[in-house]
Amino acid sequence: MTGVSARNRGRRRVADAAVALLIALGTLVVLVPLFLVLWYLISSGISSIDWAFFTQLPAPVGREGGGVAHAIVGSLQLVGIASVIGIILGVGSGILVAEYPRNPIVAPVRLMSDVLVGVPAIVTGLVVYGAVVVAMGRFSALAGGIALGLIMIPYVVRATDEVLQLVPQSVREAGLALGLARWRVTLFIVLPAAVNGIATGVLLAVARVAGEAAPLLFTAFGNQFWSRGIDQPTAALPLVIYSYSIAPYPEWHRLASASSLVLVALILVTTLLTRLVFRKR
Amino acid sequence: MNRITGTDGVATGAGSPGGGRPLERRGGKGFAAGDNIFLGVLVIIGALILVVAGAYLVVLYQRGELALSTFGLGFLVSSDWNPVRGEFGALPFLVGTLLTSLGALILAVPLALASALFVTEYAPRWLAGPVSYLVELLAAIPSVVYGMWGIFVLVPFVRQIHLALLTTPGIGELAFIRTPPSGLGLFTAILILTVMIIPFTASVARDVITLVPAEQREAAYALGATKWEVLRTAVLPYARAGIMGGVILSLGRALGETMAVTMVIGNRTDLPDGLFAPTATMASIIANEFAEAVGNLHVSSLMLIGLVLFLLSIVINLLARWLIGRLAPRSVA
Repeated sequence: MTGVSARNRGRRRVADAAVALLIALGTLVVLVPLFLVLWYLISSGISSIDWAFFTQLPAPVGREGGGVAHAIVGSLQLVGIASVIGIILGVGSGILVAEYPRNPIVAPVRLMSDVLVGVPAIVTGLVVYGAVVVAMGRFSALAGGIALGLIMIPYVVRATDEVLQLVPQSVREAGLALGLARWRVTLFIVLPAAVNGIATGVLLAVARVAGEAAPLLFTAFGNQFWSRGIDQPTAALPLVIYSYSIAPYPEWHRLASASSLVLVALILVTTLLTRLVFRKR
Repeated sequence: MNRITGTDGVATGAGSPGGGRPLERRGGKGFAAGDNIFLGVLVIIGALILVVAGAYLVVLYQRGELALSTFGLGFLVSSDWNPVRGEFGALPFLVGTLLTSLGALILAVPLALASALFVTEYAPRWLAGPVSYLVELLAAIPSVVYGMWGIFVLVPFVRQIHLALLTTPGIGELAFIRTPPSGLGLFTAILILTVMIIPFTASVARDVITLVPAEQREAAYALGATKWEVLRTAVLPYARAGIMGGVILSLGRALGETMAVTMVIGNRTDLPDGLFAPTATMASIIANEFAEAVGNLHVSSLMLIGLVLFLLSIVINLLARWLIGRLAPRSVA
């Protein structure tokens, strides 16, 4: 009897250790691609990052050198337009959802913004093409910015909602007890208390859309030269990475990997910083 | 006369923060007006979000109507995609999307679960934080960057594997292996999707495992269970619905993932005839053909695929939310 149970216990211990090993190995397998991608970006991209990369247009095919200044400016422009849309609609709806939970429109707004999170970015590109590009008659930075803005909205709504929930109810009550109108309490007491958290959410949403190429393919469209205005097609870093890495020219591959490195560095620094700042509070 | 009073009331309520203050505090009417304007603006903004969500459906339907009326529901079961002859059927892309997504899920779920268990149950504190942060970083890398890495690293690698398999006696003769070894195709797309969806499954799994009550574990430990037995009999069954929600959420991600897949799948508009065969997904065909689509019917067919993708993603996300919500009301996902 004791022999059997001892053997049994031994087997259970072995199984336990085996599972622990498998789990550790599995985690390692998950992390390997991250390091492979980061290593690839650094090893192939860093040598191409110089002053020209940030200040010049791509050199004509067959010539060496050049940069992606037009795409960097384009990306900034697109993200700027997106942020205006994302912040106004996202923060506004977030305040509504968090501060007026009993308003009849809150439930559908919450549901729709949750639904929009899961919609593939390429579908947003199609919709903005159908609504904005067709109406304007051409691809434009504005259309691209709108597409990115639509993608940003649900993330900002959720962040605003969550941060506002964290503001203690007593703060609101204190404001109201002083005889302030509710809108003043919300705008000048509750929002300032939550503004860091909301800014974090907005920055994370910006970092997310800054790397999107799919919604820009047929809205911002891309451009080999400087964009001539908000109503004209514009280049963007993700679009440059896409079109240059599927092209057959080594010189373009070089620019694509450098662009990837810059883009990923910007995104990782933003997420890391916002995370650290948010942690401290 | 009436109108003037009305504007007056509004003006007092919304008044500049400096000038109107004493008036407001006394007048209950101005008080309410300010609140009403504020709430009104918020409601308009909220309504705009509903309008946007509705616009997705309306625009996709309107632009896809031509294809829908031309091909009917046969659009979904025809595998004939020929822009030159004006024949459009979405079956290859439905199949391509399904195969890449399910393939990626099969590979990703065990790995994601392992990493979730590692950070919640096995790792010491000093290691758990950084590891879960690194897993989350996988989600921060843009799709197009994965695609580029795919083209220059993964595709040559898969080509080597495929060549090795083709020259292995006994395996090389199998029909589903015997396609030209380009490295671009279904298998490469599955690999890259796996990497991209792991963080989504992992983060939901991690959150729901953390929510399993301590009593659940303690009871199992008290019965003399080993750590693995505790996990298997007490923790995982409790978290099952939530983990399933995370898996379905990842499925939603995989279905719509565009750039990386487009760059490595080979973009052939036929049904895949092997594990390594080039094919296309719904998202990749849109990304690849829409900008150069010729003719209304071609554009409309791609829009219709977009509509299918839209509806599919909504159903899947609502399902995932419902499953996750059953275990953890709010807080996750």
